[in-house]
Amino acid sequence: MTFVSADLARSARTEGPRTRKSLLRRVREQWWIYLFLLPTLVGYGLYTVYPLAASWVYAFMDWPGFAMSGTFNGLDNFVQLWNDPLFWNSFGKSLLFLVVAMPTRVILALLLALWLNSRATPFKGVFRTLFFLPVVTTGAIIGIVFTLLLDAQGPISLALVWAGITETPMNFVANPDTSLWSGVAVWVWKWLGITMIYWLAALQTVPDDVHEAAQLDGAGPWQEFWRVTLPLLIPFLIIITLIDTVSALNVFDLMQTMTGGGPAFSSEVIEIFIYRTAFAATTPQLGYASAAAVLFGMLTVVLAIVQALGIRAARGMMPGGTS
Amino acid sequence: MTLVDTEPAVSVTQEHSAPARRRSRWTARRVVTLVLLIVMTLLWIYPFIWLVSASLKQSSEIFSSGLNLMPETFRWENYARAWTEAGFAQYFLNTVVITVGTIVIVVVRSALAGYVLGRFAFPGKKILIGIFLVTFFLPEGYTIIPVTQLTDQLGLLNTHAGVILGLGAGGHIASTLLYAGFFRGLPKELEESAKLDGAGAFRTFFQVMLPLSWPITATVTILTFLAAWNAYLLPLVFTLSNPELQTLAIGMTSFVSDYGQDWSGMAAGAVISLIPVVIVFVILQRKFVDSIAGAVKQ
Repeated sequence: MTFVSADLARSARTEGPRTRKSLLRRVREQWWIYLFLLPTLVGYGLYTVYPLAASWVYAFMDWPGFAMSGTFNGLDNFVQLWNDPLFWNSFGKSLLFLVVAMPTRVILALLLALWLNSRATPFKGVFRTLFFLPVVTTGAIIGIVFTLLLDAQGPISLALVWAGITETPMNFVANPDTSLWSGVAVWVWKWLGITMIYWLAALQTVPDDVHEAAQLDGAGPWQEFWRVTLPLLIPFLIIITLIDTVSALNVFDLMQTMTGGGPAFSSEVIEIFIYRTAFAATTPQLGYASAAAVLFGMLTVVLAIVQALGIRAARGMMPGGTS
Repeated sequence: MTLVDTEPAVSVTQEHSAPARRRSRWTARRVVTLVLLIVMTLLWIYPFIWLVSASLKQSSEIFSSGLNLMPETFRWENYARAWTEAGFAQYFLNTVVITVGTIVIVVVRSALAGYVLGRFAFPGKKILIGIFLVTFFLPEGYTIIPVTQLTDQLGLLNTHAGVILGLGAGGHIASTLLYAGFFRGLPKELEESAKLDGAGAFRTFFQVMLPLSWPITATVTILTFLAAWNAYLLPLVFTLSNPELQTLAIGMTSFVSDYGQDWSGMAAGAVISLIPVVIVFVILQRKFVDSIAGAVKQ
């Protein structure tokens, strides 16, 4: 996506000097272009750009409900957040979710894609379809279904007892030691298929003659993967990691319906913290929730920038680049 | 692009040149791989099988029959109960209305913007693309408070229109860029010949360009369909106080709090909610997979 838009920007630049007319004249001649852009400008402006700016304003306000008007209270919200153990709890849970779930999803999906990309594997289409199925399902519904599946008398608990892995049946969602990990497991289950498709698309770009050359040089499949395939996949690794990072920070539907952040805040990711403060509390604290949202947004942006720089570096290393 | 049938031709020669010893090792690997794959696949589809089975059992039977998936008798009345009494008929209708509305907005908006972004240079283009990139990964939780306030001020809170605008008016940059990429690749002669025929910019777009871009329209429709059908946070906040307007995802949550012990009704409701996406996926799976693979390749 980034690459497309970079190309678009470049084409704008090259066409620029050729039509050197006054700005006003160009706008007047091409008025219909802006008419075509109008729905996007209005919609995107109101529903994406304005909220981005407004969040920052609200973050400095004491605002007890949509029906009321807010009053500015300076940095109070941020000071309060800094001292709020529940905010840091949710911040930590989100990061923990991210650092465990995202790599699991990326690596497991790569393994799966390598299997399914191999000529030796039969019924590839069937496997691919079945692994992809959970991706299209509704996160909130899946969350509720898994509260039943993970119940003490549910099939997962019973199967684990039967296999001798746990001694007594347990409810994974209602236990503070396992609630977050249940969320991680279900999230990986739900989204693995889409990352697998990303990897399969990436593997298709590795030229066949590279494999041939590696085999002629006597490389085994293991060596071939580490020395030949993986280095070629690095740009994809970075972009897939970026997509899955953003996805791991957007788990509200699944976590809210599965655990609701509980028990005892053990699985309260930051989005649930924001939702609870803004919409589910008896006195909504919209300014306070906005301050938390702004910090959460900054976390996402920082992670995205780090990885975007990584993409650029990786593309720089490879002459010609891939896309 | 086509993941399904691009077999690397070269691997045929690999197998011919490989020594026999090596081939037998491959066979052992093949068996292990296949067994692992099958075990994993079972884990992946088990929840769906369990769900369908639970939706046909009696509530008490779901947790008392252990690992047995076969219902004692098939209780189709669970579906009737969820559909009429628990209001899933209404939730279903709401979800369809909201999903269709969102798709229409996103397709029209993205196609128009993508066309001019892909084919023309104009003042302000670079700024616009810059804004798109900066906001590309904006999390929904970040904007929900201002978006709710905006919808409230527009008087659209607790209406379908409010939810549709909330889901479709902002975001969806990927769709715009998909259209832009497609239109950029079309030959310049298309507009020139349309101009010779006396067509203006609007007729050129609606009669020539938009019909040509149907593969992108299909992709955007699929991606938006998934996003809108599965949306949770925004419809939850917008219809919190009005069950008549709730979508399946929100209605399911209401069902859990209203009829907490009716597990078979819950399972039937979940099947009703999931079946449309699953059917659409099974019919169009090739297109689904290509849409998603295409997006990452770019």
